[in-house]
Amino acid sequence: MADELTWKDLEVGNIIKEAGNASFRETGDWRTEKPILDKEKCVKCALCWIYCPDAAIKPSEEGYYESDLYYCKGCGICASICPERAITMIAEEEK
Amino acid sequence: MSQRVALEASHAVAEAVRMADVDVISAYPITPQTHIPERLAEMVANGELNAAYIPVESEHSALSTCLGAAAVGARTFTATAGQGLELMHEVVYIASSMRYPVVMAVCNRALSAPLNVWGDHSDAMAVRDTGWIQVFCQNGQEAFDLTLWAFRVGEDPKVLFPVMVHLDGFTLSHVTEPVILPEQSEVDRFLPRFQYPFALDPDKPMTHGAFGPPDIYSETKLAQEVAFRKSKKVILQGWQEFGDIFHRYYHPVEEYKTEDAQTLLLTMGAFTETAKIVIDERRDKGESIGLISLRLWRPFPFEEFRQAVKGAKVLIVFDRCISFGLGGPVFAEIRSALYDEEPRPKVVGIIGGLGGRDMSEEDFDYVINRGREIAEKGSDRILETVNIR
Repeated sequence: MADELTWKDLEVGNIIKEAGNASFRETGDWRTEKPILDKEKCVKCALCWIYCPDAAIKPSEEGYYESDLYYCKGCGICASICPERAITMIAEEEK
Repeated sequence: MSQRVALEASHAVAEAVRMADVDVISAYPITPQTHIPERLAEMVANGELNAAYIPVESEHSALSTCLGAAAVGARTFTATAGQGLELMHEVVYIASSMRYPVVMAVCNRALSAPLNVWGDHSDAMAVRDTGWIQVFCQNGQEAFDLTLWAFRVGEDPKVLFPVMVHLDGFTLSHVTEPVILPEQSEVDRFLPRFQYPFALDPDKPMTHGAFGPPDIYSETKLAQEVAFRKSKKVILQGWQEFGDIFHRYYHPVEEYKTEDAQTLLLTMGAFTETAKIVIDERRDKGESIGLISLRLWRPFPFEEFRQAVKGAKVLIVFDRCISFGLGGPVFAEIRSALYDEEPRPKVVGIIGGLGGRDMSEEDFDYVINRGREIAEKGSDRILETVNIR
């Protein structure tokens, strides 16, 4: 990752020649709150999936929409948009 | 055959851009730069130049447009002055950091307030840290030559930095002078096609302009500075090649009658030619005096500069800008560049020529006399100036 590179390793103008490598970046470590899904309330409407600005919400095999915490930055838009109030944001330290 | 014609310096720049067969021009008109994009727009409209002329709503967009064009491998040109350069300021940094070799002519102008469209070097000094290769012109021929050279150097695969060509607003930009225009075949021999190695291509996707968080930003800046310093080699090579083809040779520090000179005057830009007249007169009277002119402003030519001032007792630096709370910005840099030298000349700074205030031969006489006086006795003034009431 970036913190192993020295100035000599960088391309001219810091160009990244490998397309799509943003997927390697763990943006989930920016998070202070994480979304918790209550499957009892979820109606699988997929609004959270549509609204997630990081495309961090993915459909599971059972048809629920769950956050990939490797990317989820904890913005809370999913919780805010959910018509069934099935998503709650809880602080990272509250396990 | 090359031909000697009468050309306004602005039009000489436009001719150089035409002969460089530029692909994209984007500019916003501002006094005193207007004649450059105006002439280029005319050339494109007349079919004399096969380029895209992209009109925009601001200088910020003008340079941004050039960056986008350069990213796909186009040869690009823009021109601005004073407030326009200020308005594009953030993009000026982006151009050099992303290594797009845009060429930009700057018809140096004072900065508001009060509103003033006339010449000084405040705009140039405000962008001195932006990572562009920067040169100053003294006359129309140099405006033509250095514009052509700017493409050759900036676009070199070992360089890939944007280049700023400074010409003083009005006192140079609007002056008609004899200019030798070369043959197109000579220009083609000097200036190869731009082959940008990282041109955006849908078939080979890559990222230009990724963000740089704290874990990598410092490394990007160190890489940029190292590459920028190394560009000096191609800068010199470019001037050598230019001289070999066009028989006019340029140097990072231009010296005039400096041999054994006890006193040296340092100037930049068009006023240098006025100062030379004063040097001639004083040399004729037997004075030990010479002049040095910084041609290459960035990267700063430390080596050539130290060599040029070797042996001098007094170095008088003339600035056309005030760095508020510091003094003359060129003076400050010059003094710093000499700090480790032993022996070194006494360096004094005098400021004048602000916002279009002329500098006559008498004014340069004052600069030299007062400069020597300060070198000897020191100064108790907040700021040493010439021709300011």
